[in-house]
Amino acid sequence: MSRKLLLEHINVPGINTLEVYRQKGGYRAVEKALKTLTPEEIVEEVKKSGLRGRGGAGFPTGMKWSFLAKPEGVARYLVCNADESEPGTFKDRYLMTYIPHALIEGMIVSSFALGAKVSYIYVRGEMMPQIRILEKAIAEAKAAGWLGKNILGTGYDLELYVQPGGGAYICGEETALLESLEGKRGNPRIKPPFPAIAGLYGCPTVVNNVESIAAVVPIINDGGDEYAKIGIGRSTGTKLISASGNLVKPGVYEIELGLPVEEFIYSDEYCGGIANGKKLKATVAGGSSVPVLPANLTLKLANGEPRLMSYESLSEGGFATGTMMGSGGFIAFDEDQCIVRNTWNFSRFYHHESCGQCSPCREGTGWMEKVLHKIEHGHGSMDDVDLLWDIQRKIEGNTICPLGDAAAWPVASAIRHFRDEFEWHIKEPVKSQQQNYGLASYATPIEKAPVTEEK
Amino acid sequence: MLKVEEQTPVVFSSELLAKFDDVKSRYPVGKEKSALLPLLHLVQAEFLWVPTSAMDQVAEYLDIQPIEVYEVATFYTMYFLKPQGKYALEVCRTGPCCLVGAEKILDHLENKLGVKEGEVTADGLFSFRGVECLAACGFGPVLQISPEYTFYENLTTESVDKLIEDLKNK
Repeated sequence: MSRKLLLEHINVPGINTLEVYRQKGGYRAVEKALKTLTPEEIVEEVKKSGLRGRGGAGFPTGMKWSFLAKPEGVARYLVCNADESEPGTFKDRYLMTYIPHALIEGMIVSSFALGAKVSYIYVRGEMMPQIRILEKAIAEAKAAGWLGKNILGTGYDLELYVQPGGGAYICGEETALLESLEGKRGNPRIKPPFPAIAGLYGCPTVVNNVESIAAVVPIINDGGDEYAKIGIGRSTGTKLISASGNLVKPGVYEIELGLPVEEFIYSDEYCGGIANGKKLKATVAGGSSVPVLPANLTLKLANGEPRLMSYESLSEGGFATGTMMGSGGFIAFDEDQCIVRNTWNFSRFYHHESCGQCSPCREGTGWMEKVLHKIEHGHGSMDDVDLLWDIQRKIEGNTICPLGDAAAWPVASAIRHFRDEFEWHIKEPVKSQQQNYGLASYATPIEKAPVTEEK
Repeated sequence: MLKVEEQTPVVFSSELLAKFDDVKSRYPVGKEKSALLPLLHLVQAEFLWVPTSAMDQVAEYLDIQPIEVYEVATFYTMYFLKPQGKYALEVCRTGPCCLVGAEKILDHLENKLGVKEGEVTADGLFSFRGVECLAACGFGPVLQISPEYTFYENLTTESVDKLIEDLKNK
């Protein structure tokens, strides 16, 4: 069994209550941080841990914290990004549902480290049950003196509030989230200035994902160096992976970074293989925005070595033969799934969720959706595949926020790796309405990939 | 498109206004507009949708222009700008849920309820729509029912039938 830091006590009855959470060592990190460490020392521990943002971007959390401006007499804010909306990702919902105090404990320690007196947890509006769970847990923590005025007699004051969103994927982008928290439409801001300089209400602000904040608890308890010993290379610690799609056991798993992808998919400790005895066709390894990979490139790198669940290994080979860790939303497709249909589905999602500020994204996502709909429903022409390629290239990198890139990458990667299947839909307009393309010929795991990528 | 229709103005109860006050107190002085999204959720929980007269009153309460409320209510997908069924069923229709049969559930609901997506059944009890990812991909297909946002996972056509019957008999 691999080490569990976040989900160690997930099966303990009543772990959602303060009492049981305390019995299992909860809130030790708050005591340690507030009584024995300075804010600078906490930032230093987080830096040493090598923790990277768990929301998708993978930026080192300690570094992000150290950028926070500290002008005299200006409030600073910590905002937790719990707007989990990336298709394929449901780890934060899981954590907040079952161990809400892990997030609250992390929020207290992190707020102290950043000098925030008021902090917000921005939860996507659809998660009303989780909002109720968090509010109850916050009330419990406050009644026990872990929040409010003069926490543990240290003179540190902190108020923690839960803010519901309104159902907009874009609010997971940190500046859109801040706009939304200010009561506005979720339009991402132009950067710079970054939130660390001018964030919520124009004040210095740090926005961190739920899992990143929860990970601060074991880092403070055991020390940053201990945390950094787990994992592989620059991918330190453990990561929550949301596994979905055609798997025997979909769900949320905590893995030590560096676990081979093959073991994650097929071992009984994790997903237990592909459901109904089918074969794996493709995966999306880090949430819908990251490139889709055929089975062979999922399991092995272009040079034939096993691919690992780590930031570096998943992105090995660039987009030509690799993908990204993203948010850890691992979606598996079996041999019966249609790549064209799924790409169309994802394009519809990005079109629906585009905030409309930037023309390439607002117009491009809708255009891609229409072209993909046409191909999927048997009305495509060969030019359409090139057209799609052209549109996605013109979106990528030409928008204020990464939603444009996130919409472009699934389309680009689907064409890159599954062009045959797109062309089959066009050449066989009738047949493609009655049956699926099936397993791509190159989707069977191979010993040695024929292409070696130039570095 | 926001269509302003003739509506009987809704009245905010003192209980609702007390909830408004509680939410407003979470933000720094002068930044009360932050309460807008939570207040619209409270309005929707009370009236099951967000009528224009309610938006105008929220604007007055927060001392902002009505347009600032309209633009938010139309941007975010959760706010219903027209009346829904007492139980508004929202089924996730994004990739991972479709891999495990979400489209079948949507078709089944349409047949079962006898209304199209977005319409309300004659008895006023149900409406349904497909929504984008609800962050429960490992337990799909999933649906949620507003205004409580109770959540149902691993749906089958049989479990949906049972759910509908249970709600009818509630």
